[in-house]
Amino acid sequence: MLLQRFLIRLLTMLITLFGVAVVVFVVIRVAPGDPIAMMLPPGATNDDIARLRALYGLDKTIVQQFFIWLSGVARGDFGTSISLRQDVLGLVFNRLPATLELAIVALVMAVAIGGTTAILGARERGTAVEAGIDIASGAALSIPDFLWGLVLILLFGVLVPIFDISGRVSPQLDLPFVTQFYFFESLLRLRFDLTWDLLKHMLMPAVALALPLAAIISQLLKQSLKEVLDLDYVVLARVKGFSETQVILREALKNAALPTLTLIGVQFTFLIGGTVIVERLFSYEGLGNMAIDAVINRDLPLIQGIVLVFALLFVLINLVVDMMYALLNPRLRHG
Amino acid sequence: MDEARISRRGLSPRLWLAGGWLLLALLAAIFAPLVAPQDPLAQDLMLERLPPFWLDGAEPGYWLGTDSLGRDLLSRLIFGGRIAFIVAFAAAIAACLVGSVLGLIAGYFGGWADRIISRIVDIWMAFPPVLFAILLVAVLGTGLSSVILAIAIIDWTRFCRVIRAEAMGQSRMDYVENARIAGYGRIGIMLREVLPNVVPSIVALLSLEMGIAVIVEAILSFVNLSIATDDPTWGGIIAEGRLSIHQAWWVLVFPLITLILTVLSFSQFGEALKTRFDPVLR
Repeated sequence: MLLQRFLIRLLTMLITLFGVAVVVFVVIRVAPGDPIAMMLPPGATNDDIARLRALYGLDKTIVQQFFIWLSGVARGDFGTSISLRQDVLGLVFNRLPATLELAIVALVMAVAIGGTTAILGARERGTAVEAGIDIASGAALSIPDFLWGLVLILLFGVLVPIFDISGRVSPQLDLPFVTQFYFFESLLRLRFDLTWDLLKHMLMPAVALALPLAAIISQLLKQSLKEVLDLDYVVLARVKGFSETQVILREALKNAALPTLTLIGVQFTFLIGGTVIVERLFSYEGLGNMAIDAVINRDLPLIQGIVLVFALLFVLINLVVDMMYALLNPRLRHG
Repeated sequence: MDEARISRRGLSPRLWLAGGWLLLALLAAIFAPLVAPQDPLAQDLMLERLPPFWLDGAEPGYWLGTDSLGRDLLSRLIFGGRIAFIVAFAAAIAACLVGSVLGLIAGYFGGWADRIISRIVDIWMAFPPVLFAILLVAVLGTGLSSVILAIAIIDWTRFCRVIRAEAMGQSRMDYVENARIAGYGRIGIMLREVLPNVVPSIVALLSLEMGIAVIVEAILSFVNLSIATDDPTWGGIIAEGRLSIHQAWWVLVFPLITLILTVLSFSQFGEALKTRFDPVLR
């Protein structure tokens, strides 16, 4: 039952990825503006242009180009970036950890903020505290990450300049790392001086990404908790003398968490999508920032590679969430 | 539902504020040449980086100060509202039309139509939307119609997913079955019976989508991929403000406040409209 579900999901995932590949391939090839002409210095001859077009395979038909590219992708070869003249996969893997770190830190913050306010709101239901939480989460939800980023830049970059508003790490620092997961590796190596510097750069973009998601988690979890808190077994726990906080944490939370968990999965992909502009805003050297440069430079192979990696990330997250839901939901587990 | 209780007693103060702001901004944008105190494009290096009116060194007539080229910020915000509202209305309506029609078809007819449309929605959802928008405008070429088209191409799925689910729910209701027995055709039932029942959701989504379109336009002009001309845009002003943030904070603060108020107003409006239209909640 679970295996069957998994295989069906895997198949639809592959169809989705193929669809993404087709769409992005077609879209960027109808683009006006010749990437080859942009590479060459002014005064290049038509022969030069033709030679370079052939080198990047741009002289073939779209269908031919697509299958050449696809067979390359199947072998792990995403082609060569036109503007940076390096292997696309290498470039993407070099930047992906920065984006993943940012997204994971933002997710942890969103769960922490959203979970705490939900539990607080459920405990203080019907009071001014709950009303305050409702207003705050309403505002946090309506204002998108791009605007939160700008607000944070003004507040903590200019008004009270305690955080850095651009880059990933101070350029003068020497990073003795083997992976590109600087933040996580600095934690593992106990180099907290570097952790602090990385965090000072990462905190504001992460908060900007986290706030809308925190608001959604807070609203849904609070709603689920309030529903569960009226059920018999919770009332029984209360009669047994547990405090309201204990009742929520020990009895209500595990039964109320499932809908929120599913939601976090979908919303996490939105959060990752948000890194594109938030990274740009904070000049954070991640995948999204590189993607915008790739579009501006009309770097077709690089755009294709980045979009496909984002799509792969999205469908994988959805797959994991779907499987987790199937494992955790007793009705599906025994069905 | 708090919103429902409020709407039964009439318009809530929040809704008045939201509607008031949108009306003010819209009227200012429409009558921009009459309202704006200065020419939004006029540069004057003698007047560069003037602070807003309550600070020392402000010049009368330049209420919110000037940017690093000496252009009047208030006038630029008023004229920028034109682009913002055109994009908001046009892109949201286009996305709404495409998404609602496909959602209705998928939800009401089911079967193959649903399978194909749902698969396309899945593919669309696997794109990072901001990157998709930037890519589309780069492909379509900068310009107002490209921005509108790009937003519609990306955001129709928001309507499609919700309307599909609602239409699916409605089509299982007894009244649809009754209409079928009464001899109405399937398309007739879809338009006459199902469509009116999903209108509250469509209207609420439309208002939310206008807020989203304003933001996407601001993001596109922030990365300099929106309209091709010199006309001021809110995102463009923000991009300038981000660069001169340590010399002239007001160039970032005022467009940011404008955007936040506009987005909050659209979302408040959407929520309120939904509860007002919804017969169950009313």
